[in-house]
Amino acid sequence: MEIDPFIFRISIFILSIFIGYYVVWSVTPSLHTPLMSVTNAISSVIIVGAIIAALAGSTENIFNTSSIFGFMAIILAAINIFGGFLVTQRMLQMYKKKKDKK
Amino acid sequence: MISANLSAVFYLISGILFILALRGLSSPDTSRQGNYFGIAGMTIAILVTFLSIGNFSTSLVYVIIFLVVGGALGAFIAFRIPMTAMPELVAGFHSLVGLAAVFVAIAAFLNPEAFNLGIIGNIKLASLIEMSIGAAVGAITFSGSIIAFLKLRGIMSGSPIVFSGQHLLNLILGIAIFVLIFYLCKTQSENIFWTVITISFLVGVLLIIPIGGADMPVVISMLNSYSGWAAAGIGFTLENTALIITGALVGSSGAILSYIMCKAMNRSFISVILGGFGADDSSDNKKEKKDQKPVKSGNAEDAAFLMKNASSVIIVPGYGMAVAQAQHALREMVDKLKKNDIKVTYAIHPVAGRMPGHMNVLLAEANVPYDEVFELEDINNDFANSDVAFVIGANDVTNPVAKTDPKSPIFGMPVLDVEKCKSVLFVKRSLSPGYAGIDNELFYKDNTLMLFSDAKKMTEDIVKNLD
Repeated sequence: MEIDPFIFRISIFILSIFIGYYVVWSVTPSLHTPLMSVTNAISSVIIVGAIIAALAGSTENIFNTSSIFGFMAIILAAINIFGGFLVTQRMLQMYKKKKDKK
Repeated sequence: MISANLSAVFYLISGILFILALRGLSSPDTSRQGNYFGIAGMTIAILVTFLSIGNFSTSLVYVIIFLVVGGALGAFIAFRIPMTAMPELVAGFHSLVGLAAVFVAIAAFLNPEAFNLGIIGNIKLASLIEMSIGAAVGAITFSGSIIAFLKLRGIMSGSPIVFSGQHLLNLILGIAIFVLIFYLCKTQSENIFWTVITISFLVGVLLIIPIGGADMPVVISMLNSYSGWAAAGIGFTLENTALIITGALVGSSGAILSYIMCKAMNRSFISVILGGFGADDSSDNKKEKKDQKPVKSGNAEDAAFLMKNASSVIIVPGYGMAVAQAQHALREMVDKLKKNDIKVTYAIHPVAGRMPGHMNVLLAEANVPYDEVFELEDINNDFANSDVAFVIGANDVTNPVAKTDPKSPIFGMPVLDVEKCKSVLFVKRSLSPGYAGIDNELFYKDNTLMLFSDAKKMTEDIVKNLD
């Protein structure tokens, strides 16, 4: 009997939770704020769904109800992706080891 | 156009890059590299999506325009936002992820063919369940984050909003969502789908309004987690590995942070969620005690004198420091002390600030080297061997009552053993209690000198007196 692909996806999901558990525990507490902003940015990979929805409009009718939601989701996710990665970068830049500038 | 199998491989690669992005945060040295991994993962995921659809019509131009507009807006915000406002920013970003999840779910519901989920009125059962869960969690994340944002921004009062029957109402609405999803699966009715989303928006609001300002670190972490689960739900709908992996990572990350925050306050997650903590119900006997006890207060000169004659000073910053923007003045003060060969370290309580790690970022912004900044468990034994503790903008996290009075609401919460220092300098505007609404015993100790002033002004005055 064939295994339902859903089982594979749920396996990936559960294994990823375990990976997340161990990886996040190893994050140093002083970087918890960048952790939140970077998780914010990466969860916006939801943009792939938005792009699929937005591109699904026909040539004559680019903006149908479904694709409009797609386009709106693209804006939201794009704000998050750029904002999230850049603000994280800005923060991490401040954690550079400072040489004594005396 | 690339095959579905090939794009699946690329999505897996981008998922792995996201794991490495989080892995990088285990140390400040590798963290920047980690962020680049994250950016690479995102770029791959987006490019592969374009290639796998292979639709290069005019729609694509619009997609790119919207992408650029959103990106520019995000970049603008990222460069302009002051570090003190990070908690609001993160809450705001969570709301966007939540809303994006809702929109994608709606788009998939209205045009299931585009996603290979069946046709309108006959969407695959599993997909329907996945997308409604994604939409519901997304909606809760959105409206909950908006409330958190308003509270953190000070637009809405941080005090809990409670009414009778609140928890019962939430429970009923929660059950209603499940029942409606069940009927949605049976009828495929569009109206039920909209109702599920509407109720979820409402639940998000109701869930966060009873939670007080002091518990905001937990709320932010929790919403972080929700945004992950919402993304994962959509990932199942789209059968997209990158999204499933990311959703699981973010979901567990937020959950762990919530756990750490709860533990640092010695509160159970359930009690935080139920809310009502930090309400202004200080009993009369506490007020009486406050009036009777004598307090020693001093000025900047006294503080400078004490610190100059010390050989080691521990700084305990809290949210008040962030509000007063005193971190730069503080750094200046520390520089002067160091020139006099005084050992200076910083002690940070896990819930100092309004989000996990907030104080560390603020100190990093003020050019404090991260190896001078210590977490509670690493530094707590040092207080007994130090001359001066300089408490600036912190309050509840130093309250010895947490160790001595089992009746106190914060009893059992791990606190910084500030009172073990030879002398304690406490910068504060007044004797008012902190967020937990309780009096701090530390104010009345013999070795405590209260410095009543604005944190920034006091620090600047001390700097002048150190010369």
